[in-house]
Amino acid sequence: MPAPIRLRELIRTIRTARTQAEEREMIQKECAAIRSSFREEDNTYRCRNVAKLLYMHMLGYPAHFGQLECLKLIASQKFTDKRIGYLGAMLLLDERQDVHLLMTNCIKNDLNHSTQFVQGLALCTLGCMGSSEMCRDLAGEVEKLLKTSNSYLRKKAALCAVHVIRKVPELMEMFLPATKNLLNEKNHGVLHTSVVLLTEMCERSPDMLAHFRKNEKLVPQLVRILKNLIMSGYSPEHDVSGISDPFLQVRILRLLRILGRNDDDSSEAMNDILAQVATNTETSKNVGNAILYETVLTIMDIKSESGLRVLAINILGRFLLNNDKNIRYVALTSLLKTVQTDHNAVQRHRSTIVDCLKDLDVSIKRRAMELSFALVNGNNIRGMMKELLYFLDSCEPEFKADCASGIFLAAEKYAPSKRWHIDTIMRVLTTAGSYVRDDAVPNLIQLITNSVEMHAYTVQRLYKAILGDYSQQPLVQVAAWCIGEYGDLLVSGQCEEEEPIQVTEDEVLDILESVLISNMSTSVTRGYALTAIMKLSTRFTCTVNRIKKVVSIYGSSIDVELQQRAVEYNALFKKYDHMRSALLERMPVMEKVTTNGPTEIVQTNGETEPAPLETKPPPSGPQPTSQANDLLDLLGGNDITPVIPTAPTSKPASAGGELLDLLGDINLTGAPATAPTPAPVPQISQPSFLLDGLSSQPLFNDIASGIPSITAYSKNGLKIEFTFERSNTNPSVTVITIQASNSTELDMTDFVFQAAVPKTFQLQLLSPSSSIVPAFNTGTITQVIKVLNPQKQQLRMRIKLTYNHKGSAMQDLAEVNNFPPQSWQ
Amino acid sequence: MIKAILIFSNQGKPWLSKFYQPYSEDTQQQIIGETFHLVSKRDENVCNFLEGGLLIGRSDNKLIYRHYATLYFVFYVDSSESELGIFDLIQVFVETLDKCFENVCELDLIFHVDKVHNILVEMVMGGMVLETNMNEIVTQIDTQNKLEKSEADSQLSTCLHPQGGQSLKCEQCRKEYI
Repeated sequence: MPAPIRLRELIRTIRTARTQAEEREMIQKECAAIRSSFREEDNTYRCRNVAKLLYMHMLGYPAHFGQLECLKLIASQKFTDKRIGYLGAMLLLDERQDVHLLMTNCIKNDLNHSTQFVQGLALCTLGCMGSSEMCRDLAGEVEKLLKTSNSYLRKKAALCAVHVIRKVPELMEMFLPATKNLLNEKNHGVLHTSVVLLTEMCERSPDMLAHFRKNEKLVPQLVRILKNLIMSGYSPEHDVSGISDPFLQVRILRLLRILGRNDDDSSEAMNDILAQVATNTETSKNVGNAILYETVLTIMDIKSESGLRVLAINILGRFLLNNDKNIRYVALTSLLKTVQTDHNAVQRHRSTIVDCLKDLDVSIKRRAMELSFALVNGNNIRGMMKELLYFLDSCEPEFKADCASGIFLAAEKYAPSKRWHIDTIMRVLTTAGSYVRDDAVPNLIQLITNSVEMHAYTVQRLYKAILGDYSQQPLVQVAAWCIGEYGDLLVSGQCEEEEPIQVTEDEVLDILESVLISNMSTSVTRGYALTAIMKLSTRFTCTVNRIKKVVSIYGSSIDVELQQRAVEYNALFKKYDHMRSALLERMPVMEKVTTNGPTEIVQTNGETEPAPLETKPPPSGPQPTSQANDLLDLLGGNDITPVIPTAPTSKPASAGGELLDLLGDINLTGAPATAPTPAPVPQISQPSFLLDGLSSQPLFNDIASGIPSITAYSKNGLKIEFTFERSNTNPSVTVITIQASNSTELDMTDFVFQAAVPKTFQLQLLSPSSSIVPAFNTGTITQVIKVLNPQKQQLRMRIKLTYNHKGSAMQDLAEVNNFPPQSWQ
Repeated sequence: MIKAILIFSNQGKPWLSKFYQPYSEDTQQQIIGETFHLVSKRDENVCNFLEGGLLIGRSDNKLIYRHYATLYFVFYVDSSESELGIFDLIQVFVETLDKCFENVCELDLIFHVDKVHNILVEMVMGGMVLETNMNEIVTQIDTQNKLEKSEADSQLSTCLHPQGGQSLKCEQCRKEYI
């Protein structure tokens, strides 16, 4: 058989192949040749064959039949053979193959070989792919080599020890005595690997960590080495771009970080050296920056003094301005880690971070976006939001979903005004409408319902948005819902905030119908649109017939959901027409689950959550149908006048008959506006709180003011004043607005006001404007209390106040008896 | 810890692949393919760090790469390594290759894969950085190469003693020779 070709020949041949098939053919031929050569047990050419096999393995072809050959090579006496054999073992074998255990004996012998290179090879292989059994057997040898004076072997032994510890953590103690004077070496290679070994031991076992801190006095040793490195001046061997052995410096800094974490003594011992490194390192090249980066991470992680922390954040700030992308990326990553703890310091660099949003690099943009969301707070919300919206416009699609969700969250938390909030939502929906997450749609709807005075404005803007383009599903869904609810406002052309547009009912129906027909609308969207059209049947006057026609067409739609809805709506027209208006009334305000929003949180007493409308016609729900007639009498028709955003009163809703009397005149005396919510208040127990769903602003326009206000409580610098309002329509209800002010020099935080009234009264407490009473009377907390006093008894109240002041928790009870007679008579 | 080191051409053909964690052959090839896909899309002036692909771990692992003329050098690392440090390490690796091969070019790497492996073995062991001093590495490689060469010249002895030496005893194997 002719001598097998050399590796170089093989490579040359393979490179001439023009197609994948040709290459495969060549390789198969060569594999066959190699296999027969192995069968012949030819010692001379074995290493050549294995080398070729390794090459083919790298290209992706199976090479497992070479494993045993590698073992034979390792057992050979020649260095050349051993070299290839060990390489093959590292590439082809790992702990999953059973064959690898056969290597153990070979490695053991080689670890004691006279040639240092052979020992080195053995250590290397053990350190790369040694399984736990092998490591257990050979750990003793490795430990012996760790103590040798040959630096070449010592450094390899150190890394091999790391691998052993990773595989068999119990053996860690065995290496402990050998580590005692590892750091006294001069050779940087050994130093480097020793630090790695110590790092691994400290990370794995807290006992070791404690041991190293106390007994070994590791920190001073490391500090000394680091100092030598910085001060030693130019050393050509380890120099990289003018800095001596940056790799070692970085390793030492990392170990210092682990030692100093949560430990005051160690942290103190390293403060100086960290400051020195931070100030003396030259930053013109990447190496300097690598060291600075590591230093900054260490400073942030240990218990450093505040001056050092400020220095660290400033370094990061400088990094942000660096031209090099890598540095900027690294700076943004570390700032993200520190923004939780040192928020204010990071805020200083906000403008630079926001500039990074405009960078071309994807990785940097992502980091900058995450960091920007972390930095948003009440003060900078407007500016930040402008930038973020611009970013949303121009960023890659993979970011849009995250960005949109982030914007919604931030807007919900810090929105300065409702109008701004709605505007922001509109902007997001129109720019990234199709990337908005599905769960955002119900949240948005809830939000819109809650901002009662903005309904006309909202629906107008939404209408304009989908006029042009109705392909973005979330946008269309929200718009359809709103048009369905507030279509009357749209058509009436009254809008406080903006130039009102003239829309006819037909135009509105046109757009909804085109949504229904369009191919781009999903089934869910169509459901929304159909329900919206149906709702409009009670709000529009002239186009009811058209609506009837549309609805009946969809009674035979292929889509089961649509069909079901259409059939039910049809039935509503035909058989239950008298119920239609009751069922399709305005939705009540939904209960907010997260209350991070602006201060006017509206509470409903009603427990019915009108779920967003995937389901049947609006569940003003548990309304017994027998009462429909009553309602209809009350409402007397369908005209609903537009909202004037000061005093929304609600339409009366169900419950007991006596309620209807109560509220009967509210509606018909042309009192300002009706607005949402016929709260389906099944609370017969608290009748007059139908007025829920209202904001905590004064409830009635025509309130007879002139009732004197009283000071209910005044002690320890805290003063609480009550102001009263009565409705001339409902004489049993008194609305008390409390104002709490603080004349001391310190704020009162976590302020909670509670009140109790005698049994004949009923009390409702709305949520306060905030929980902090600022000092020096600079501001007040306002809260609204509604008291129902049907028996017209003298008003008495007991109040309980809890708050934190001057670092201690305070609590007080008091009784309020000085209500003016006009407040309850 | 370094999880993998890859060198491949602009067309995605691997010229060196070393994995420091056990992966099956299929996974290895997939990783190489995916890495090339991620890295070849990158522009010239963006940063050299990428979040890892789907295969090699998720959020913890990063891909640090450098593009030299027609070659991509890629290091997959986890969060315990400093990104900027590894970036420098790639530079040191390439400079070492340059010294060993004398003005290294792509063909050198293609035809001398085993030698490149040998150099790599002196620098990174078990996924951890072993030696970063270029001269030290080059010296050791040279010695080992000489050893190999002398073995190849004489097939007979197990350790070829230096030719024309004055002493009768060989330093390597401590045998006396004639």
